[in-house]
Amino acid sequence: MTIAANPRNADAPGNEPDRTTNAWRGLVTGPWQDEVNVRDFIQRNYTPYAGDASFLQGATDRTTALWGRLTAMFPVERERGIYDVDANTPSSITAHRPGYIDQPNELIVGLQTDAPLKRAIVPNGGWRMVEDALKTYGYEPDPQVKEIFTKYRKTHNQGVFDVYPPNVRAARSSHIITGLPDAYGRGRIIGDYRRVALYGVDALIDAKKIDRIELDMQRSVENVVRDREENTEQIRALTELKQMAASYGFDISGPAGTAQEALQWLYFAYLAAVKEQNGAAMSLGRTSTFLDVFIQRDLAEGTITETQAQEFIDDLVIKLRIVRFLRTPEYDSLFSGDPTWVTESIGGMGEDGRPLVTRTSFRMLQTLYNLGPAPEPNMTVLWSDKLPDGFKKFCANVTIDTSAIQYESDALIRESWGDDAAIACCVSAMRVGKQMQFFGARVNLAKTLLYAINGGRDEVSGKQIAPVGAPVAGDVLDYDDVAAKFDKTMDWLAETYVDALNCVHYMHDKYAYERIEMALHDKTILRTLACGIAGLSVVADSLSAIKYATVRPVRDDTGLVVDYLVEGQYPSYGNDDDRVDDIAVGVVGAFMEKIRRQPTYRGAVHTQSVLTITSNVVYGKKTGNTPDGRRAGEPFAPGANPMNGRDTHGMLASALSVAKLPYDESEDGISLTATVVPSGLGRTPAERAENLVGLLDAYVVSHGFHMNVNVLNRETLEDAMEHPENYPQLTIRVSGYAVNFVRLTREQQLDVLSRTFHGGL
Amino acid sequence: MPAITLEMPSIGHRQHDEQRTARLRAVRTGELGSVHSWELVTAVDGPGTRLTYFLSGCALRCLYCQNPDTWRLPDGIPTTIGEVTDRIDHYAPVLKATHGGITLSGGEPLLQSAFAGRIFRHSQSIGLHTALDTSGFLGARVDDAFLDDVNLVLLDVKSGLPETYRRVTGRELAPTLAFGRRLAERGTPMWIRYVLVPDLTDAVDNVDAVADYVQSLQCLGAGGAVERVEILPFHQMGHSKWKAIGEPYPLENTKPPGKKLLERVRSQFRARGLTVF
Repeated sequence: MTIAANPRNADAPGNEPDRTTNAWRGLVTGPWQDEVNVRDFIQRNYTPYAGDASFLQGATDRTTALWGRLTAMFPVERERGIYDVDANTPSSITAHRPGYIDQPNELIVGLQTDAPLKRAIVPNGGWRMVEDALKTYGYEPDPQVKEIFTKYRKTHNQGVFDVYPPNVRAARSSHIITGLPDAYGRGRIIGDYRRVALYGVDALIDAKKIDRIELDMQRSVENVVRDREENTEQIRALTELKQMAASYGFDISGPAGTAQEALQWLYFAYLAAVKEQNGAAMSLGRTSTFLDVFIQRDLAEGTITETQAQEFIDDLVIKLRIVRFLRTPEYDSLFSGDPTWVTESIGGMGEDGRPLVTRTSFRMLQTLYNLGPAPEPNMTVLWSDKLPDGFKKFCANVTIDTSAIQYESDALIRESWGDDAAIACCVSAMRVGKQMQFFGARVNLAKTLLYAINGGRDEVSGKQIAPVGAPVAGDVLDYDDVAAKFDKTMDWLAETYVDALNCVHYMHDKYAYERIEMALHDKTILRTLACGIAGLSVVADSLSAIKYATVRPVRDDTGLVVDYLVEGQYPSYGNDDDRVDDIAVGVVGAFMEKIRRQPTYRGAVHTQSVLTITSNVVYGKKTGNTPDGRRAGEPFAPGANPMNGRDTHGMLASALSVAKLPYDESEDGISLTATVVPSGLGRTPAERAENLVGLLDAYVVSHGFHMNVNVLNRETLEDAMEHPENYPQLTIRVSGYAVNFVRLTREQQLDVLSRTFHGGL
Repeated sequence: MPAITLEMPSIGHRQHDEQRTARLRAVRTGELGSVHSWELVTAVDGPGTRLTYFLSGCALRCLYCQNPDTWRLPDGIPTTIGEVTDRIDHYAPVLKATHGGITLSGGEPLLQSAFAGRIFRHSQSIGLHTALDTSGFLGARVDDAFLDDVNLVLLDVKSGLPETYRRVTGRELAPTLAFGRRLAERGTPMWIRYVLVPDLTDAVDNVDAVADYVQSLQCLGAGGAVERVEILPFHQMGHSKWKAIGEPYPLENTKPPGKKLLERVRSQFRARGLTVF
């Protein structure tokens, strides 16, 4: 994409050369001025920071008061489920009048609707979800809006169900394929919101118009027609973005000239996205070091102080913390506690070997002190053993104090996606503005194993779901026999799964296209089809039990195997024992290979994740007894975690089992959640920080991909279950995501408790 | 008082004398050891993250033992030195990244001093930090060459008064005191550990005696060999293991120490200028 609004192209249309020249004052010039190239801008202009956290400033009274207004509203929201909703206005970028928390005291402005915590309806994804949610919370849907979205305007949800084949429907309703984004927004698309701050909207529109000229020169075949329509929608969305900003009194047609403007422009762009899309994960990208360039310039020019710089960041984070979507309780129980996954990726190393850590990397994390711990924005540190010590120690301290950071391997991400990649949701890395994914939720591999054993019948309902196969015969399960049947069942599953995803994403593009997010992408992008698996540790341990112990099937009257008697010991996943870890690695590779054989919508590149968020509880509930001795209904381990309590050689050995799962075969991420009690990290605060740094270093040098670290006491959690009112902000990390513990269901809380506490005493 | 068992686990019913001789030689030379378990642990058995080997067999029978399943040498898993060093090599990068190392615990690792010595030698040869978690009772068994390969000793002084020590462990206190002094004179860094059990080890004079002893260590050699003192509050987590091995558990009804008692004991050590946790 080329940039027209450039002082060197002063005669280009729609251009304000003076404004751009002023906005870009003092910056190192380069290709970023002639094309949309945020990475080039960052690389030429950022100032790495190798110091410690001593420069950071606490919250000002203004910040505390502003945040206090919101925290006073949270108890009501928690009690009612939602604080308020505008049930009559289908949301769009410009649908709502400006809203404020406390206008005179806000440094960064903009809300999704005209009031804080007031949710919007986004019916494009599906009307039923909107109606169910409204009714749940005691609101009546507007009959006219209902008529529009049931009679005149088709939704994504309707589109998908118009085309699902019967095998997909069966797999879906038997919960072997779950969580498909067929009734809600798929999310996991990161607009490059930084572009708005760096170039202004007009330059981006001009660049899109040049793309359009290229598209107009091609024959009008299906994909070209679709690209042209999307291009037009993108330009329309950018124009609406300008209008929305103007309603708040800002002209964002040109680039941001100050740090405060840079944050404001960037936030408006993000806000436009969350006004229009109720996506499962609406991530922010990798903005801290980008914003740092503007902040450092203002600091150098003497126009702001460090206190103000921190205030800007605090204010941005306040806004990100109150992003809200209207969802049903069923949705929340699948994803736990109303998440939005406003993921911000921080730190990492550049391709040239310089750390991408700046003072604003620190400032972003400092918000967890200034505003208290919170799950949003989802703070994600791209960890490398080569990061500066001062930053490592600060991260470790923030984790120990708040448990609100997740860590991902910078090296693995950089090697695959470069040094301007960000995490969408929990563990999905993508090049910002150059790549998007078709979110695919996940399949239940543990159930798949049970189908293999039962010749394709569901172990709970007894229904034939997968194609009829020969069920296992005899009194003892034979490893080779079960492995072969499992392999065959996975063939069927991969085919059915990708078919489902192709239907979903075709319709999502058609009826709920992410106009503004895609407007902040290049014309040519890489699309990935992000498949996922759940129940890996159950499968690995089950196969290990069958291989190394004696497993006897127990059948009901109809011949269905409904239980297993395990005699003898078997090596279990999570102890750095190759005998079983190799089984897990094999399953990941085998399923990925089967996925890769399937044709994908829009030529998307196949990937997969080993991630469950907290849906491991729901998956467990829907899955019968398994050959590893797990009882029907018991939760799976989250993500790629070993089963609770079976990892007996310590947290690091457990992590090293997970680290064996190959990132090449799971490029959408591998999630590990580790829980430690403070005493398990050391005697003194300094010792605890050093030891945590050591553990993270050890994990990434062992090719581990992702680690959530919860540092807490069992007593804390038990007390929080009894007295949630005392712990409104208690944050714990669960599979790639930090949640408010008190917002989890009791079942989820118990699951967290039963997870191994790797304590010293 | 049970005797110290030094026999090794049997490897089969009808073994030849030749085999047995070879096995005994292997044990004597430290080629073969008896291992209860291993674990990667952080922050409890020395600095950083440690590969901790729990060796089987112990000369003491502490009333509060939380791992009575490590008492008997024959109960462990026969393990060759090669298996251990392979695992150490496997984890070396990880242990170095965490600024940790290898710890031998038990049981009483000095009961298998040849095996322990070879593990330490190998660890040092690849630059790994080493720690020995011991009661010190068998300290006289090891020579200075052995101690040259030990970077840190976690010395468990179970009581300050000989009678209390005897009551707690069934053994004499003197060898432990002598071992601690030897380490201090050599300048081997030490973490002193003291398990605080209400109505067993908590008497003021008993604690004073330990604290005086530890203070005296600080004046030996170059001085300051004791880096920290850790007061470990008794807990009931070992209860089920006593049941499992069919031993009557004498502390069935003992409660963990309260905060007040813990603080009193810590302050007794602190008053002597020691770093106490």
